Amino acid sequence: MAHDTSYTDQDFKIVGSRPPRPDGIDKVTGRARYGADVSAPGQLVGRVLRSPHAHAKIRKIDTSRAQKLKGVKAVITSKDLPDLTEGNRGNYDILENCMAREHALYDGHAVAAVAAVDEQTARKALKLIKVDYKVLPHVTDVDAAMQDDAPVVQPHIQHDGKPSNICNVSQFGHGDVEAGFAQADVIVEKTYKTEQTHQGYIEPHACLASVGPDGQGELWVTTQGHFTVRNLCASLLGMDIAKLKVTSSEIGGGFGGKTHIWTEPLALALSRKANLPVKLVMSREDVFKGSGPTCSTSMDIKIGAKKDGTVTAASATLRYHAGPHPGPWGMLGGMTAWACYDFENVQSIAYDVLVNRPKVAAYRAPSAPMAAFGVESTMDLVAEAIGMDPVDFRIKNAAKEGTRASYGPTYGPIGIGPTLEAVKNHPHMRARLGKNQGRGMACGFWFNFGGQTCTDLNIGVDGSVNLTVGTVDVGGARASMSLIAAEELGIPYDQVKCNVGDTASLGHNDTTEGSRGTFSSGMATIFAARNAIEEMKARAAKTWEIDIEDIEWRDGAAHAMGMQHSNLAPLSLAEIAGASPGTGGPIAGHNEVVADGAGVSFASHICDVEVDPETGATRVIRYTVVQDAGKAIHPDYVEGQFQGGAAQGIGWALNEEYVYGEDGCLQNPSFLDYRIPVCSDLPFIDTEILEIPNPNHPYGIRGVGETSIVPPLAAIGNAVSSAVGVRLDHTPMSPPRVLKAIKEKQAGG
Amino acid sequence: MSAVQVSTTVNGDAIDFVCQPTETLLDVLRNRLGLIGSKEGCGTGDCGACSVTVDGQLVCSCLVLGAEAEGRKIGTVEGLADGDKLHPLQKQFIDNAALQCGVCTPGFLVAAKALLDRNPNPTEQEIRYALAGNLCRCTGYDKIVRAVNAAARDVRKQQARKKR
Repeated sequence: MAHDTSYTDQDFKIVGSRPPRPDGIDKVTGRARYGADVSAPGQLVGRVLRSPHAHAKIRKIDTSRAQKLKGVKAVITSKDLPDLTEGNRGNYDILENCMAREHALYDGHAVAAVAAVDEQTARKALKLIKVDYKVLPHVTDVDAAMQDDAPVVQPHIQHDGKPSNICNVSQFGHGDVEAGFAQADVIVEKTYKTEQTHQGYIEPHACLASVGPDGQGELWVTTQGHFTVRNLCASLLGMDIAKLKVTSSEIGGGFGGKTHIWTEPLALALSRKANLPVKLVMSREDVFKGSGPTCSTSMDIKIGAKKDGTVTAASATLRYHAGPHPGPWGMLGGMTAWACYDFENVQSIAYDVLVNRPKVAAYRAPSAPMAAFGVESTMDLVAEAIGMDPVDFRIKNAAKEGTRASYGPTYGPIGIGPTLEAVKNHPHMRARLGKNQGRGMACGFWFNFGGQTCTDLNIGVDGSVNLTVGTVDVGGARASMSLIAAEELGIPYDQVKCNVGDTASLGHNDTTEGSRGTFSSGMATIFAARNAIEEMKARAAKTWEIDIEDIEWRDGAAHAMGMQHSNLAPLSLAEIAGASPGTGGPIAGHNEVVADGAGVSFASHICDVEVDPETGATRVIRYTVVQDAGKAIHPDYVEGQFQGGAAQGIGWALNEEYVYGEDGCLQNPSFLDYRIPVCSDLPFIDTEILEIPNPNHPYGIRGVGETSIVPPLAAIGNAVSSAVGVRLDHTPMSPPRVLKAIKEKQAGG
Repeated sequence: MSAVQVSTTVNGDAIDFVCQPTETLLDVLRNRLGLIGSKEGCGTGDCGACSVTVDGQLVCSCLVLGAEAEGRKIGTVEGLADGDKLHPLQKQFIDNAALQCGVCTPGFLVAAKALLDRNPNPTEQEIRYALAGNLCRCTGYDKIVRAVNAAARDVRKQQARKKR
């Protein structure tokens, strides 16, 4: 059934208000149940043994002593997870990442797992497992991994006809960059590096698995995509999809890191072997070493411009590490790099490179912040070289409706220009700066995504409404969905209760990623509500014995139209619902949709920093986010997304970094040594929501979750560079790096 | 190792429990007493998600042994509300949208209450430093600081009413 997805300018009654979230009380009283908060009778404790080597051949694993330990109910290795992938290389890679097979591919790669009656016994059992490793040469640096003599991570991957760590090369752009550079008055070319960071969700991965000998199972898990978890786990373990019920717990942060499967198949395999429920919770060290952080990168950015500010050509060569298996990360960097601008001649070449580090997973607008760091830093350098204000320079070159994006499509109405104008007019830009302080700004882009979505809306006989969505609520989404349902049905917010359904109660929903939750489940909720309204109109028609065409739905009631029906008082939703047992039974609305038409999103950020010239320590003293939301359904949680993304970007820019030793092992797998921003590190983060409706959504919604992490690296880089008078080209801009840059400048000048 | 028997007070109620001498207070609260509001984000005292009070002192319960609860008064997020009446901090966290995923929220509430108990009129900086032991990855702390500030105002009003 086709639905009208087009936006029409409309007055919203409830959408755009800020009611309390429905899960608020549970979350402030400690009642909300996250991944590790549920137990089952007779449950075992699962734990995972991880490789202490960055790269090693696994000659033999002897589990006999662990198996004999009293209280141990199951021990598994890759032998218990036979390859059922039937040539599907992507699934094989997932299987191999969940449990090492012939080779341990990174420090922290799972090699065995146990289930025991308690934590102590499980720990003891891990110590009794003997793994015979042959240590192999390793490579963890993306540039080193591209050298001809680098250790090869996956020998089956070839580049230029020989085994190589270069697993993907992608190219985007249009025009003739060489001709464009020839026309430039000024060309700036610079190399940048960004270090690997982790999403840093506070809740570690956790699940409770229960599989019986009849091949049926249940999994309670903290995830952004329980349907994806179900499909992947069932496929890797040889189970029927319908026989594995996956319930997503409350999720304690994901940011892309919970879009994948890690220990879930291990918990299921342990439970199957022990025939008892198994709870498996990662330690924080496991999370750092054995989940999916983002890429480190290295990139060359080149921009040529005329003195009037017209960019004549731009090119980027991007090198992104992918971990031990191929991923789309370099490609996404290549696609996003120039997306903010309308350039005639533009190109990006992106390499995905294998290294002996954990498999990369998405991290909020995956790959875009790094490319933006290179591009937006270079944009400032060009503006400086031609003596133009950096905001004006960007406004002059900003993409607009009709611009052909560097990655292919032609834009509809977009928000980059308006966010830049808002920045230009923002009082923040005119605030005075003190000694050792600097200001920077930068832009960012994210595609946003729609995808497969399925939603149910059931109306109770008292007129209260149960809305069941299949996207996970990562930060207030149930409030937004309830607002949308209430708006569409014309009833109060409090009359709607939104739940996240498990995999047995709804059709497939794609993972909650790509800023798709409010866009796609919002769309499916609108259509499900319209579906229910049609049914309620039919019931009213039956009650009144008039044609359904004579009935209009408004303000939460069926109204009979026309003079001939003026004697019929409106029938409210509650009245129709109350009569439903006698008019045809339960009233429900459903919708299954592939939510196409996600609206691209742009943001511009302003940042002021103060740098201590003696220590190199940088403090963010003021920060402003301007972003296009399309339509802000619940503005509190839109602002929250803007602020949270900015804070993560600030951590990435200034502090956060995976530190590897010469041995290829991670040296800082804890929140003490991998320091994310704390409350006293940050100022208030100001937000300005712009609403440029997405024409492909009935309410004009774009996604809002991701773009906010894209500009901060560059905005801070531009601010720090302005404060210290020397260009910073490597994140994190930690005190030693900033100090080194200051000293080099002093030595040089 | 033989288990130890512990007599303690949790949120005002006398509680006896048995635990292993190696077991943390956090594990006792979660696994033996069913108080799942305190969360384990790191197990090393770095994230504050397991914040509780012991005799009014703010601690990370992952760094305290269960056996150390003997004779003490333990306060957790489950004890913040007075029956069906939320603590001003709980109400303001909801009203200010100071939580997104909410997993750090119990720890923040316990830490913020410890602050307001000793200083019901904190400055922004005092709030930020009092909460610096609690990690939040979703909010950038903006709305948390605003919520604590608003709750402090409510607490002061309550105190003024009681005095009258």
